[in-house]
Amino acid sequence: MKRREFIQQTAAASALIGLSGIGLQSFSTTSKTITILHTNDVHSHIDSFGPNDGRNPNQGGVARRATLIESIRKNNPNTLLLDAGDIFQGTPYFNYYGGELEFKLMSMLKYDLATIGNHDFDNGIDGLYAQLPHAKFDFVSANYDFTNTILDTHVKPYKTFIKGGIKIGVFGLGIELHGLVDKKMYKETVYLDPTETAQEMSRILKEDEKCDLIICLSHLGYNYRNRPEKISDLKLAGKTKDIDLFIGGHTHTFLKKPTVVKNLEGKNTLVNQVGCYGINLGRIDFHFDADKNKAANGTSIIV
Amino acid sequence: MLYTNVVKSDFKFLLTPYNNLMNFKFLIVILCIAFLSSCKQDMYLHKVEGKQINISDSIKQSTEIEAFIKPYREHVNNNLDSILAYAVDTYSKTDGEYNTAIGNMMADAVYQESNPIFKSRTGKDIDMVLLNHGGIRAIISKGNISKRTAYEVMPFDNSVVVVELKGQQVKELVNYLVKAKRAHPISKLKITLDKDTLLQSAFVNDKPIDVNKTYFVATNDYLYNGGDRMNFFKTNDSLYVLDYKIRNVLIDYFSETDTLRPVIDNRFIQLKN
Repeated sequence: MKRREFIQQTAAASALIGLSGIGLQSFSTTSKTITILHTNDVHSHIDSFGPNDGRNPNQGGVARRATLIESIRKNNPNTLLLDAGDIFQGTPYFNYYGGELEFKLMSMLKYDLATIGNHDFDNGIDGLYAQLPHAKFDFVSANYDFTNTILDTHVKPYKTFIKGGIKIGVFGLGIELHGLVDKKMYKETVYLDPTETAQEMSRILKEDEKCDLIICLSHLGYNYRNRPEKISDLKLAGKTKDIDLFIGGHTHTFLKKPTVVKNLEGKNTLVNQVGCYGINLGRIDFHFDADKNKAANGTSIIV
Repeated sequence: MLYTNVVKSDFKFLLTPYNNLMNFKFLIVILCIAFLSSCKQDMYLHKVEGKQINISDSIKQSTEIEAFIKPYREHVNNNLDSILAYAVDTYSKTDGEYNTAIGNMMADAVYQESNPIFKSRTGKDIDMVLLNHGGIRAIISKGNISKRTAYEVMPFDNSVVVVELKGQQVKELVNYLVKAKRAHPISKLKITLDKDTLLQSAFVNDKPIDVNKTYFVATNDYLYNGGDRMNFFKTNDSLYVLDYKIRNVLIDYFSETDTLRPVIDNRFIQLKN
């Protein structure tokens, strides 16, 4: 008995040494990059624009986006692909198939998560529900309370992912539906205040879920210059903390580069949106390193 | 008795080393978790890079995705391009001052296609139609007319609603049109302006507007909800939602009409002297 225990302990000890050896070797030199890819307001634009299009000739198209995403994923498997809503409505594909093709293609492109835009209610909440079986990815919305609707339990407030040992939390936010979408379309969906919701979500993801990276997937709109009282991604970024990235939609805003915004604590955070119709793909790389000194002067943001 | 004992001891024999093995494995798992979590805590975010990548024709199409889309695309295109009617001329919303051939056709189509539905549900008739000039999104070109034409002219998903308005609100509606001086599409409403562009007469269904009567005005949900500042729709007696998209009105109208030959007529005119 004693001999066996001795052997066991020795084995465990050598395993410990072995492990710590591996640990030191792999971890001290390890750096990890989390790549976030995103689209918004694709609006059923499955085909690329034709050569004679007045605004966006030869741009966009799901088949091209697929190639690009695949090559990025090949270089960095620690990649998340997100969509900020308004997947539906804009070409006859939606009128003919009700969003089936959009969801099937997004599943083939291995989208990880999406939030819900106002146009995703265009065939009613029942129309959205009917297409969910075609989506192999999840939907998040923290400020749409679907409790008394058919979508109850089908849409979560947030989702967490672990990529390369890094924990990423993504929560969704939607725009106020009243006045924008007919009530008979969204039915008993209850809209909750986006600022309070975002503050609560960032606390849950930071403190309870212990996420290393927190992303807000929003369909609130980038900014409303003529309506200063209206909540937008830029305003929300300034009223919250611990959120590393705001991916937006709704306003079809084409930015030359992501916007750096000071959050509630005066720390820099990023707000991005990539126009519409699948013309662009957003790419944000988060570089992590085991060497604390690299982050000693805070996080540098290069846009 | 003996048999049981053997089994027991066999069992014990098997159990002991297995248990030890389990403990050992458990220890390793715990160690791994400890290392992984310590590793996780040791990762620091030090740099963020953001950019936008244009999806241009320099990126090769995924053949797998393209092949998947193809049957959907062919079905949509075949269906969109099947010929429904023929237009004898090209019609634009800019051809005509107070009324246009294309606008007249749209407003008349809304009446013709919606009234049987409205009547079957309510037992009543639509009195008149008002759409908006801005809602005509494309021209109709001379030649074959298909579903695609309807998608081009009406890409939005607006639907027909019938609003019950008091005679006074219909008068406000007329005043709006007189002031707007735009060829908003109308049907079964006749407005005549004098040479100074003041209202000379207004008739609904060939009768003067009666303030003691209510009228059933067909329009689209965009205007009903205050689009183009048509605020007279706000004070209404009742609303009937037909769940009938304007685009589908056009598709049904094209399907029933062999040859399109709409004209500019006298439904909204200004007298020259």
